[in-house]
Amino acid sequence: MSTSYWTERRRDQLAGYLFVVPQLAGSILFVFVPLGLVFWYSVHEWNVLADTFDFVGADNYRQLAEDPKLGGVLAATGLFSAGLVVLNLSLALLLAVLVNQRLRGMIVFRTIFFSPVVVSLVAWTLVWGFLLQDNGGINGILDAVGVAGPNWLRGETTAMISVVVVQVVKNVGLNMVLFLAALQGVPGDLYEAATIDGAGRWRQFRSITMPMISPTILLTSIITVVGSLQVFAQIAVLTQGGPGTSTTVLVYYLYQQAFQFHHFGYGATLSALLFAIVLALTIAQWQLRKKWVFHEA
Amino acid sequence: MRKRVTAAALAGLLALATGACGSGDEKAADTGQVSLRMAVWTANEAHLKLFNDIASAYKAAHPNVTAITFDPIPFDNYTTTLTTQIAGGNGPDLAWILEGSAPDFVSSGALVDLSGKITDAADLSPAATKLWTADGKLYAYPFSTSPFGVFVNNDMFKAAGLATPAEMVKDGKWTWDDVVAAGAKVNAVEKKAGMVVRDFDYKSWDNLASVWSGWGAQAWSPDGKTCGFNQQPMVDAMTFLHKAIFTDKAFPGPGVAADFFAGQSAMTITQISRAALLKDAKFGWDLVPLPAGPSGKYAVIGQAGLGALKKGKHADVAADFLAFFTNPQNSASLAAYFPPPRKSQLTAANLAKSNPLLKPEQLQSVVIDGMASGVVKPSHTGQAELVQAVRAALDPLWKPDADVKAVLDGVCTAINPLLSK
Repeated sequence: MSTSYWTERRRDQLAGYLFVVPQLAGSILFVFVPLGLVFWYSVHEWNVLADTFDFVGADNYRQLAEDPKLGGVLAATGLFSAGLVVLNLSLALLLAVLVNQRLRGMIVFRTIFFSPVVVSLVAWTLVWGFLLQDNGGINGILDAVGVAGPNWLRGETTAMISVVVVQVVKNVGLNMVLFLAALQGVPGDLYEAATIDGAGRWRQFRSITMPMISPTILLTSIITVVGSLQVFAQIAVLTQGGPGTSTTVLVYYLYQQAFQFHHFGYGATLSALLFAIVLALTIAQWQLRKKWVFHEA
Repeated sequence: MRKRVTAAALAGLLALATGACGSGDEKAADTGQVSLRMAVWTANEAHLKLFNDIASAYKAAHPNVTAITFDPIPFDNYTTTLTTQIAGGNGPDLAWILEGSAPDFVSSGALVDLSGKITDAADLSPAATKLWTADGKLYAYPFSTSPFGVFVNNDMFKAAGLATPAEMVKDGKWTWDDVVAAGAKVNAVEKKAGMVVRDFDYKSWDNLASVWSGWGAQAWSPDGKTCGFNQQPMVDAMTFLHKAIFTDKAFPGPGVAADFFAGQSAMTITQISRAALLKDAKFGWDLVPLPAGPSGKYAVIGQAGLGALKKGKHADVAADFLAFFTNPQNSASLAAYFPPPRKSQLTAANLAKSNPLLKPEQLQSVVIDGMASGVVKPSHTGQAELVQAVRAALDPLWKPDADVKAVLDGVCTAINPLLSK
C-alpha cells in the first residue's frame, strides 16, 4: 500500500526537499528566526539589568519617527553608501579594464589589487588607523613631498573620506575580479566588427563592453550597496562614529543604542528600519534592471 | 505544502521567541554541584594566579563548589560585553564593574545586596563604598580604589634643563602652570610629548576629571541633575587645557600617539596599577601627586567594584564566595595589585610590601592621601549614553580655533535631556 503512496513524482519531491533541507534549516535558524525576533523585540522595552521585558506596542516606532539624531545618522549612511558605491564600482571597472590587457606580468597586478580582500577586516582597519593618525604614515609621506596633510580622522569631512577610501581599497579587488570575468566573456568578434565599422575605443567601450557586462554591473552594485549599509568594523575601529556624529552610520547607531546604551528594544526597531531600507533599495535596483541591463529588456 | 511549511516555521519562531524571554527566569535550586564564573577585565597572569589561589582555598572548604573560573573580557568593550552576556541569558555569577557603570548596576536591582555579608564591613572606607551603596545597602565591594598620579620621566626633565618633578613638589612648584611650562619645554627641546592624560585620546573625556578637578570643576552636580560643563570652573579649566594643547604644545594634539611607558612623553596621568609597565623601564622615573590647580591641591580616584548578579543560577553561593574573596586576609593579598578599601590595610608600609616598584613616600603622597581627599571620576545612570553624547559634543573643542565657551554650552544642550531623565 505504501508503494501506491510513494509514486515516482512524490519520491522526486521528497528527494528535492531533502536536498534543500540543510540550506533551509540554516536559513530558518539563522535568518528567519532572528528576523522575526527583531520585530518581536522592537515592540518591547527590554531592560537587561533590571531584567524587565515589557510590551510597549508601537512606542519604539514612535520614538524612531521623533528621534532628533536619526536624520543625521541617515545622512551619514547615505553619504557613506553613495561615496563607497560610486568610488568602488568606477575604480573596480577601471582596474578590471587595465588588468585585462594582454601584457607580461599582469597576473602580479591582479594579485596585488585582489590581496586586500583576503586580509582580516579588523587587522586591515587597525593598520589604517595608525597610518591615518596626525603623525602617521600618510601624513609622513605627504610631509616628504612638502604637503601638510590634514588630521584625517579628526575632521568631519576627512574622517568620512577616510572610512570610505579604507573600505574601497579593501574590497575593490572583489568587484575587479567580477568585472574581469565579465570582460573576458565579451566575444572578441564584436570588437572586430565594430573596428571594421570604424568605431573608436571609447565608442566600443560604451556600445559593446558596457551593455555586455551590464548584468555584472547590476550584481556588483547590489552587493556593494547592501554591503555599504552594513559597514560597522571600520567605523568602530577608526572613528567610533565621530568626530561629533559625522560618521555615525545606521549600523553603528544601532550598535550604540542596543549594546552600549542597553536600549535593546529601540535597537531592534533600528534594525527593522535597516531591513526596510535594504529591501527597498534591492527591489528598486531589481526593477530598474529592465531599463539598462542587457538581456533583461 | 507551502502553506504548511510557512505555518510550521511561524509556529517554531513564536515558540523560540517566547522561550527566549521566559528562560531567564528559571533558577536551579542551590543544591548539589555548583560552578561559578567571574567576569574580570584583567588578563594579567599574576592577577589570575592570585584569584585562582583564593578560589582553590574556597573550593577546599566548600566541596559542593566544583569550579570557579575567572573570565577575562577585554577592557575596551567590557560593560558592553557583560550586558550582552546577561541579555543572552549567559551572564556570569560575579562581575567586576567599572565606576562609570556603577549607578546603572546599583540602581537597577541586578546585583545581590551584600549588606551583612562582607566580613568586618565596618573597616571599609565610606568614601570608597559611597558609589556602590543605595538606600543604605551595599551592592558591590570596591576592591580597587586607585588614585590618579603623575608618572614622570626624570631623564627627559633633566635633558630639558628642568628640575625633577620631585624637587618641584618639594619646592612647592608643582602646579598646572608649572606642568604646562615643563611640558612645553620638553616638547620644544626634545621634540617629545610633554604631558599625556592616559586613555583620554580625545575621546574618553571622563579621564579629564584628573585635570579639571584642579579648578573645582565637575561634569555634573553631585545629584546628577545639573550640567557642569558650561559653569565657570569648567570653562576656566577647559580654556587652560585648550591653550596648553594648541598654543603651548604641552600636550600632544588630537590624533598623535605618545606612550609614556615607551619613553615617548615626559609625564602621564594614570593610576598606580600601571607601575607594573615600568618593570623594565630604560629611563629614570618617579610617581608624584597630581599638580595643584587654581583651587588648590586635589586628588581623583578611579574605582572598580565586585558584585554578585541576582540572575546567576547560584546567586547565594556567588555572594558567599564574594565575601570570602574580599575578607581581610584575601584583601591584603589583593592589595598587591588593587588598593584596598579597608582602612586598616591602607598604610604606606603595608602597600609598599606588595608594590615593590613604588617607594613608601610615593604611596603615601599619591595613594593614601589621595584616597582620603579624592573625588571619584564622573558617573551617572545611563552613563554610556552620556559618555557618547559628551564625546560628540566635545569634539569641536579639539581644534585650534575652537570657541571654548560655545562648545561647552553645546555639551550642556546635548546632555541636559539625559541628565533630567
